Amino acid sequence: MSQVNKSMSLANPMPPFTDTIQKLAAAVGAIGLLLLFVAWIGNTLQSGALLALSLVLISSGTIIYSWRAYAGIPEGIKNNGVWLNALTNKGLWGWISGIFITGFYVLLYWYPNLLGLGVDGAANSGLVGFFDPLSRMLSGNAASQWFVYGTLYTVAILIFGIKFILKYRHNKYQQVRTFSVMFFQLAFAFLIPEFMQSMNYPYYDFKNMWPLNYYFFFDWNLNGFLEAGNVGLLMLVSGLLMTFIISPILTFYYGKRWYCSWVCGCGGLAETAGDPFRHLSDKSLKAWKLERWMIHSVLVFATVMTVAVLYSYFNGTGDILITKPMFIGITLLLSAVVGFIVWKNKKRIAESGKNLPLIIGGVVGGIAILTLLAYFTGSFIVDGNLLRGWYGFLIGAAFSGVVGVGFYPLLGSRVWCRFGCPMAAILGLQQKFFSRFRITTNGGQCISCGNCSTYCEMGIDVRAYAQKGQNVVRASCVGCGICAAVCPRGVLRLENGSVDIAERTTELKTIHISADKIGIL
Amino acid sequence: MNIVILGNGISGVTAARHLRKQSDHKITIVSSETDYFFSRTALMYIYMGHMRFKDTQPYEPEFWTKNRIDLKKAFINSIDFKQKHLIAKSGEKIEYDKLILALGSKSNKFGWPGQDLERVYGLYSYQDLEAMEKFSPGLNRATIVGGGLIGIEMAEMFHSRHIPVTILVREKNYWDNVLPIEESKMISRHIVEHGIDLRLESELKEILDDGTGKAENVITKSGDTIECRFVGLTAGVSPNVAFLKEGELEVQKGIVVNEYLETNIPNVYAIGDCAQQSNPRPGRRPIEAIWYTGRMMGETVAYNICGKKVAYDPGIWFNSAKFLDIEYQVYGTVLAHPPENHQSIYWEHPEGRRSIRIVYDNQTQEILGFNLMGQRYRHEVCEKWLRDKTPIETVLQNLSLANFDPEFYKEYEAEVISIYNKQSGKNLSLKKKRNLNSVFSFLRS
Repeated sequence: MSQVNKSMSLANPMPPFTDTIQKLAAAVGAIGLLLLFVAWIGNTLQSGALLALSLVLISSGTIIYSWRAYAGIPEGIKNNGVWLNALTNKGLWGWISGIFITGFYVLLYWYPNLLGLGVDGAANSGLVGFFDPLSRMLSGNAASQWFVYGTLYTVAILIFGIKFILKYRHNKYQQVRTFSVMFFQLAFAFLIPEFMQSMNYPYYDFKNMWPLNYYFFFDWNLNGFLEAGNVGLLMLVSGLLMTFIISPILTFYYGKRWYCSWVCGCGGLAETAGDPFRHLSDKSLKAWKLERWMIHSVLVFATVMTVAVLYSYFNGTGDILITKPMFIGITLLLSAVVGFIVWKNKKRIAESGKNLPLIIGGVVGGIAILTLLAYFTGSFIVDGNLLRGWYGFLIGAAFSGVVGVGFYPLLGSRVWCRFGCPMAAILGLQQKFFSRFRITTNGGQCISCGNCSTYCEMGIDVRAYAQKGQNVVRASCVGCGICAAVCPRGVLRLENGSVDIAERTTELKTIHISADKIGIL
Repeated sequence: MNIVILGNGISGVTAARHLRKQSDHKITIVSSETDYFFSRTALMYIYMGHMRFKDTQPYEPEFWTKNRIDLKKAFINSIDFKQKHLIAKSGEKIEYDKLILALGSKSNKFGWPGQDLERVYGLYSYQDLEAMEKFSPGLNRATIVGGGLIGIEMAEMFHSRHIPVTILVREKNYWDNVLPIEESKMISRHIVEHGIDLRLESELKEILDDGTGKAENVITKSGDTIECRFVGLTAGVSPNVAFLKEGELEVQKGIVVNEYLETNIPNVYAIGDCAQQSNPRPGRRPIEAIWYTGRMMGETVAYNICGKKVAYDPGIWFNSAKFLDIEYQVYGTVLAHPPENHQSIYWEHPEGRRSIRIVYDNQTQEILGFNLMGQRYRHEVCEKWLRDKTPIETVLQNLSLANFDPEFYKEYEAEVISIYNKQSGKNLSLKKKRNLNSVFSFLRS
């Protein structure tokens, strides 16, 4: 009397890994991609309708596929098979897609003509030409390789954002956060700048701030603002406000997550399209050491480059609001302010890293000395133009683009944010020392399973803190909240509190015995 | 002093870490299971592809050399307590001045015919995981015997690989000897919702031999045959002490220890799953095979060995688990079959995957415990209320302090209060919204 397969469940007790609808959806998406390839290689497609069809096919294929993957089964954490899949375990498909994306970035940055960008005034062809109709519709201009990139980037954040929301349909924090990055990408990074251009204003992304937006203080950018009248002035002022006022305030209240996993475009792509690769970040102590050296070096590089560029800017023309002595004064004043804050908190900073006060002091002092020297000798010791050329090549293109996104399937989705982004570096320093944010560890409930560390895209060994019962305060934490989501025991919670900023991490809640009076705590 | 710890699970490793913190003694951890400490509770996630084996190891290999904790891979056959050395399978002798036994558990077998066949495993050790992996390809079905915490993990594992699973549960509802009936029914429903074949009030009669010594199909006591080529035995665990039973060490179910975790033999201690308290605290069992008590015993034994005597006290009971997608947390005393004076306030979400139960004494009005499904509560807050024997109404009015769900999650504390109001005819309301600063001022008060 056999009763095998008896089940009262309405759900299919043995769903196959991919069902027929998913296979069809994958085919639909593939046809959309194929259209892009045909346009690129065939060099002849110049139809707005075909472009629309291509994007619709890609989007609907992805969305239907994800809907089938998540909607029919009970809500919860969906990490089954992540390390068993050749796309997400650095297997064959991981390498193929890594090489493919990297190749695309190389073409984008250095050989846009191969993508069909018209050289020397010639009309676009190929892939760039394929996007001309959409670009004309939005801004009135022909497309550039950056328009193609921006469109695909936005589409990726939107469709994989929907996938992510379906995947985390039980988690309101993840949904709100993902909706936020989708909104900021679509409105602030994509549509508003295009519309601005159609009205003959400079291209400007209001949410992108210095130093991530490293060209904010470049002469052509500043001149663009100054030539654009009141709107240009608004852009200039909002850029300065973002960097120096809004960002520090929000980071104080909520940690760097308000930017890195709610607003930022790099973060937006990492959290959506990059989500299947988040577990590939390196959690070793070695990687953490490397991270601290690299990201702070990039910050120093960006700062010195910007000061040098600005110096030559104010040195070059006479009809600017700010004169050379004023600029030098501002630089010295800012250095003094940073120096003062560091000095006031030297004890706290020293506790968390032996060399940190030395490094910060060195950088601030160095910039101050360079500026003074420049004032007396009439030239900055380093050549601003040379610096900015190298910065644009090494950091702006090679690091943030080629390595940052191209290596998603091999190094995880936040390589740029973790090792390279100067904005993340500044926000991180603030998060560590002057913020209400922390990830609270829930008493002694940790079982050291390692899900939190594994799924931390920033490579933080969250478990190392959680199993001690210590709260997590790390400069690199972008507050994505996935550690808290995947924790099977409800141990982690992202939260903000003002009463304990200086001692956010002092308590060790798994310590059971008081060492002082030798008794149970 | 030369301290040897037998067993590299959470108890032994916690002991080693605290010994190193407090002393300069030579510390050696001996184990035959794995080279490095891993989180046993995470075994399931390796099989399900959430993590690699190395991701379940909480410390990098350098940690052990840096902290001068020697790791020795050896299977110990016997212990010579007179000569003070362990005798390994290879014949090697490992000497000690002080010995900590942290031997862990083994899966229970209750004398079922066929229980020792190949393709019959528990889920406890790394080797169990390897066996599951080995027999998974082409597996037609796995039958799991026992409706406890490990049974459901094993079921989830096979289910994640789309291998059909049957769970045989002796009780009327899943784990209803521990969970109150509503929660027990909730988990039973959730198992079925996942498409797992849950058979309640169903017991194993025998496991059949396929003729080559391998398990093939099982027969239940009601006479059903279940076709399967893997059998999981998850009817609890018991101390892994068989090899010590004949010697001078006092062993009952586990190794008998006093409140200082000392055995009857001087310089020999026992901690974790294998230890049996000769005089457990009121309301606590002599053997508690859970992660957290193992960790506390590890810390306690380190103090005692370093000459700072402190009695083992597990404090206020807490535990947690995850049943497929439903997280479970418990603080304090919540009984499946409570006495008269244990009054419950039970709220369940209409979707039936989330519930809050608060138990109090209806004579004294003191809070007794919290049982949570799909809802996270803050350990320290619940613990403080329990330790202070806080009146139920104070707890209810401040219940938001305990909420530990992620931001933006809907809060259900007000609904819990309205249930209490209905039961008692009172008109209480929440005093405050969830806020971290309020939590601190409460905890520091």
